[in-house]
Formats: sequence, C-alpha cells, structure tokens
Amino acid sequence: MSTFLGMPAPPPRSPYGTGNLRGDRTFPAAAHDELRNGQLRRNLGKATRTIRGKRLHVTGELPDWEALRDAGSAIKTDTMNRLPELLEQLERNVTERGGTVHWARDGDEANEIVARLVRATGSSDVIKVKSMATQETGLNEHLESLGITPHETDLAELIVQLAHDRPSHILVPAIHRNRDEIRQIFLDEIPGVDPRLDNVPAHLAAAARAYLREKFMTTRVAVSGANFGIAETGTLSVVESEGNGRMCLTLPDTLITVMGIEKVLPRYQDLEVFLQLLPRSSTGERMNPYTSLWTGVTPGDGPQDFHLVLLDNGRTAALADTIGRAALNCIRCSACLNVCPVYERAGGHAYGSTYPGPIGAVLTPQLAGMHAAKDDPNSSLPYASSLCGACFDACPVKIDIPSMLVELRHQNTEQSGTTAEKLAMKAAAAVMGRPKLYTAAQKAAALGRVVGGRDGTLSHLPAPFSGWSDSRDTPAPPKRSFRAWLASAEGAATMRAAAEEGARHGDDHQEEK
Amino acid sequence: MRIGLFATCLGDTLFPEAVRSTAVLLARLGHEVVFPPDQTCCGQMHVNTGYQREPVPLVRNFAEQFGDASIEAVVMPSGSCAGSVRHQHEIIAARYGDAALRSGVATVKAKTYELSELLVDVLGVTQVGAYFPHRVTYHPTCHSLRMLRVGEKPLKLLRAVEAIDLVELPEADSCCGFGGTFAVKNAETSTAMLQDKMRNVCGTGADVCTAGDSSCLMHIGGGLSRIRSGTRTLHLAQILGSTRTTPYPLTEAAR
Ligand code: SF4
Repeated sequence: MSTFLGMPAPPPRSPYGTGNLRGDRTFPAAAHDELRNGQLRRNLGKATRTIRGKRLHVTGELPDWEALRDAGSAIKTDTMNRLPELLEQLERNVTERGGTVHWARDGDEANEIVARLVRATGSSDVIKVKSMATQETGLNEHLESLGITPHETDLAELIVQLAHDRPSHILVPAIHRNRDEIRQIFLDEIPGVDPRLDNVPAHLAAAARAYLREKFMTTRVAVSGANFGIAETGTLSVVESEGNGRMCLTLPDTLITVMGIEKVLPRYQDLEVFLQLLPRSSTGERMNPYTSLWTGVTPGDGPQDFHLVLLDNGRTAALADTIGRAALNCIRCSACLNVCPVYERAGGHAYGSTYPGPIGAVLTPQLAGMHAAKDDPNSSLPYASSLCGACFDACPVKIDIPSMLVELRHQNTEQSGTTAEKLAMKAAAAVMGRPKLYTAAQKAAALGRVVGGRDGTLSHLPAPFSGWSDSRDTPAPPKRSFRAWLASAEGAATMRAAAEEGARHGDDHQEEK
Repeated sequence: MRIGLFATCLGDTLFPEAVRSTAVLLARLGHEVVFPPDQTCCGQMHVNTGYQREPVPLVRNFAEQFGDASIEAVVMPSGSCAGSVRHQHEIIAARYGDAALRSGVATVKAKTYELSELLVDVLGVTQVGAYFPHRVTYHPTCHSLRMLRVGEKPLKLLRAVEAIDLVELPEADSCCGFGGTFAVKNAETSTAMLQDKMRNVCGTGADVCTAGDSSCLMHIGGGLSRIRSGTRTLHLAQILGSTRTTPYPLTEAAR
C-alpha cells in the first residue's frame, strides 16, 4: 500500500512584525521628494560629514579597534545562536531581583502591555527615554488613543514630537531640522515659552530644559528602551548623552522598559566591548556622558515597580534566516547611516520605517516582510543601495550589509514570480551563456552605432533607462569588440609587436643580471 | 607567466580599448596572454540585481574557460568583476551548482586578480614603462577599494608613470553612484551622488579621471560628457599602456 504524503509543507514560520516598519511609497518615489528638499540635503550632508570625521578620529586612535569589532561580532553571533536560553536566563534574573517580565509577540501586544501597566498606576502621563523599540511599535500613538500623554525627553525626540514629525535618523532624530526651524517649533508648541526666544543653541536647549524639568518632577511613570540586557545578572542598560535618560530611569515610581529580544548579552563582562564600540561608532565620543545600569528593584532607591517587556515583532522570523539573522547583531550606533551616500542624499524618511539607512534596508524587510502588503514598498528597500560597502567598513559589529542586500534582492526575485525584469535577465543570461549568440549580439550592438549622435554618444534612452539618460551620455558601441580586434590582422600584429618588445625586455633583464 | 585575460562583457563590447591596453601591456612586460575564446560574462549584474539561478551557466562557463591549469593567473580590467568572481561565484555554486561547479569555482577564484593586483602583487612591478604627460585624478572604485582591498596599488602604478601630473581627488572614497542597476532603479539618488563626484573631479582641473573599472567610468564619463566638463575618463590600463613610442592620443574632451 502506498501513501501519498503530498508536497512537503514549508515549516511553520514566525509571523512578521507590526507597527512602523513600512512606508506608504517605494524608496525611489519617496526619495524623489526628499531629494528636492535642499535644506534637508544641506543639513544631512553637514551633519553626517561632521560625525564621520569624529568617528574616524576616535576609532583610529584605538590600537585594538579591529579586535574589538571582531569581539563584538563574535559575542553577538554567539548570542543569536542561543537566544532562547539567554532570554530565559534574563527573565529569571530580572524576576529574582524584583522586576516583572512580559513577553510580547508583536508590536500590538507590547503596546497593550505597556498601556495596561500605565493605567494600573493611574497616571495619565508618561515620560519617555528615546527608544527605537517603542517607535517601532508606535507606542506613543497607541497611548494617545487611550488618553495617556507620552512626553519624549530626549531633546531631538522632543523636537520631532512637538513638530508632529517623524525621526529621520536613529541617533539624531531631528537631523533634518536646523536651528531656525527648531526655534519656530518651540515658539509654536511649548506652552509659556518666552516669545523673544532666539536661535542660539544654548537658549534653545535652556527652553527645552525648563519645559522638561517640570515633566521629570511631576510624572510618576517612565517608559524606556534598552541598549543592553545582561542575561547573567538581569541588568538593563541605557546609554545616552543628555541626562534625560538618567532622570527617567531614577525619578519615577514605575519604570517600564521595552527591549527587543536581540538586545540581550550573555555576560556583564561583555559590556567592556560594547561600551567601547557604541559611543565611538555613534557619536564619535570616547565615552558617552551617561551610562545607566539597573538590576530589578532596589528598595528605597529608584523606581519601586519595574517591568521589562521583551519584544519579538518579527525578530524570530529574522532569526530563522541564516544570512539575514546577522542584522539582529545591530547595536543601533548609526555609523552605517552616517557613511551611506544614499542615506546622505535621500534622508531617513525615504525608507518609510523606524529603521532607516543601510541597516534599515536589511532589517525592515526581515522584520516586516517584502511581500506582506499590496505592492509592498519594503520590496524596494534592498535596492536602495549602490553596494558601495562603506557601511560594512564602518559597522562596529562587522555586519556585512552589502552581501545581505544582495541576498534580500534574491529572495525578492524568488518571491516575485515572473516579471519583465526577470524575463530580461533570463534572456541576457541565455545570450551570454552561448558564446556564438553572444558574438552575434555584439555585432548587432555595433550596428547600434547608427543611432549614436555625431560625437558617438547616445543622449536619450527609452524606459527603463530614461532616468539614467536624463543626466548621463552613453557611448555608442564601438565598431569592433575586443575579441573581433584580437582576431583581426591588426590585433594579431599589435600583440606580436608587444610580445617581441617583451622578449627584448626580458633579454635586457637577463643581461643586467 | 601565462595569463588568462577576461575581457568582461562590458569591456569586450563597449570599452574594448581598455582591454586592448591590458593585453598589450602584459605582452610588453614579457608575459603570455591567452584569451579563452568562449568567455562571455561573469554574471555580476544578475547576482547584484537579485538573480542567482539565471547566471549559473555563466559561472560555469567562466570556471571552464579559465580552469585550465596551464593558465597561471586570470586578470580582468575590472574591480567589480574580479569581486564577483572572488566573492559571488561560490555563493551561486553552493546554492544552485553541483560539486563539479563548486570545485571549479574554487580553483579559478584562487588565481583571479584585478589588473593592479596582478601587476603589483603577482608580477611585482610598479614601474611599467608608461608615459602620460597629462593631469590625471584617480577615483578608487568601491569594489576595488572595499571588496578587493587594492588599497594604494593603482596609485603606486600611476605615480611611477613618466611625466604624469597626478592630483588627489577630494572625497575620493565616496561612491560615484553607479551601482549597476542602482543607477536605473534609483536614477535620481544616483544622479545626486554623481553630481558630487563630478564636482570633486572638475575641481582638480584634471584632463583625465581614471579608475580600474569601465562601468564606473561609463557612469562618471557619461555625466562629465553631458555637462561638457572638459574632463574625460580613461581606464587605468590605458594610462599604463601609453608609452613614449606609442603615447595615448589624448583628444580634447567636449566643453
Ligand atoms: S548595522 Fe552596524 S553600523 Fe549600522 S547601526 Fe547597526 S551596528 Fe551600527
């Protein structure tokens, strides 16, 4: 008796993430508008160039920088290889020290957990430390919909929030704003601000400080992200520059930390590596001004009610991809953004996701998929790169972003079915795979000379190449291919003459010896 | 040395002068240049655009054409094609090839070089007897710079050229914006990158912008031609191939 077992079913796959992981337009469409924003391009160019210079200075001065990068990469790879056990260890240790751990499968679940915890405190306001994870889940919007007001306390996040804008950079969310714009935002949005406020950075900072100080003193609940969570001890860590984080992490009664599950590190000792890699790569500083570390609850000191929300939101799906999982090693330093020529021109908003730049182009499709929405804009992200490789060189944990982009492009074409592009690629490969056909095609191309202008260049090409020919001339194919020349009498004579000269040259050498 | 020359499909078809210069240069240096006649394309464009099944025959053909043990080294006047052979062929072979292809790919990979690597590392020459009395600036293409790590090699070769006026290109290591199909799919972002590259090139006052890859030069040169900059592009091989007896006939670029 035979049993037909049917096609082997694909293994069950972890679901994709929810939240701010998808724009409403493709990258080229969004970049089209951003490229026309001269202000944005000037600000971005200036800011990224400055940070690039600082980073090179402080990474160049460390004799063991490359060894640190290797160590960072190795620790992260080891972490991803045994993520489940490390997370359970983290949970045990946080719980033992008086904290409560919550597991959130996706962004919606994380938002619900946080909202429930805030409501239980009776507070209608929360203060927030800059956090990518809660931006990814859209926590602020969710809290607002329930009548809870989130207050961003990082200066740049505050500017973005007050302007009802979206961050455009992982580390410098308001990189697309200059001080005149910031002054106007403060005048419009901060209640009771001095109407004579000018655009001097120190004055702008003082205005924000006065506003924030009041929030710190009166708000009883804080929400933070985490840069690291140590499995061995249950310690959480936030690294920051302004001290607003320290305020949020110490003053309130209740602290809720939302941490992506990939942020776990095995040992306390691993911080030695990452606290060197992170500030030098991100702000170009030897050490960041504030490093906060806390473990559960300490009686009589700091928040007495601590909750850790562990967020999956597509990370398990990314972990299943043997090549793509390296994106989870990211420590969000933003070095890859600052060196990326595409990011520098198109800006962060063009990526449509919480995660812009090179890392966004590989992380976003993995967390949220490339074919999970109609005409999914995420499928354009892996192509938003010239594969120049600057990101790989800059990454403190050596994530090979260019290779991952190529891999994601392949996954995209595999999932896309038959497209005009695929047919063209098949046709090209068919010609190039057959030398005779290839040579015939070269001859046909040479005939294309007749369409060339008088100076032998083509200045207008049809779609899909019209974008190319808008600003570039293309040489008309030459009369003769290289192989045709080589086979000609002229080619043979030239090569013979060169070989004779080479032989003489060789003899000269013999004589010299 | 017996050297297999891979012309690259772009070089063979659109920029034969760069390949010709490579062949003549190596012969002039006393090496035997062989051109396996059935060579076509390395498949880089396919792989970089996301197609890995389609280029399998191309990868196989490359390995067959250059697999011959009598070929001691394989050279190509293209950093990106050399990068494809060295970094991408094994990915294709591992995923869609058979054992024979995997071993064939590993064999050719180990003896494949971009032009400046072959000259400096394998043949041990930096002084190739070239003569080029013009102002030149060098753009280190991304794949030469960051994939192959050719570093200073092309500059060493250029510095040894007689009568050359070599000027440094500001922000040299930033991408020109080509990226293969990137320049088509993201033409506007690519153009913004190209504009900055051209500004830096023109600022040097060079007669010639050179590089080790005809594809990037096609991009930069296409832009420089459109704006009638007066600067033209030439492959590194064409400068190294120019001698006192047969100097490169540099014509004025359109202004
Ligand atoms: S990918 Fe690397 S360089 Fe980019 S943000 Fe992450 S850690 Fe930093």
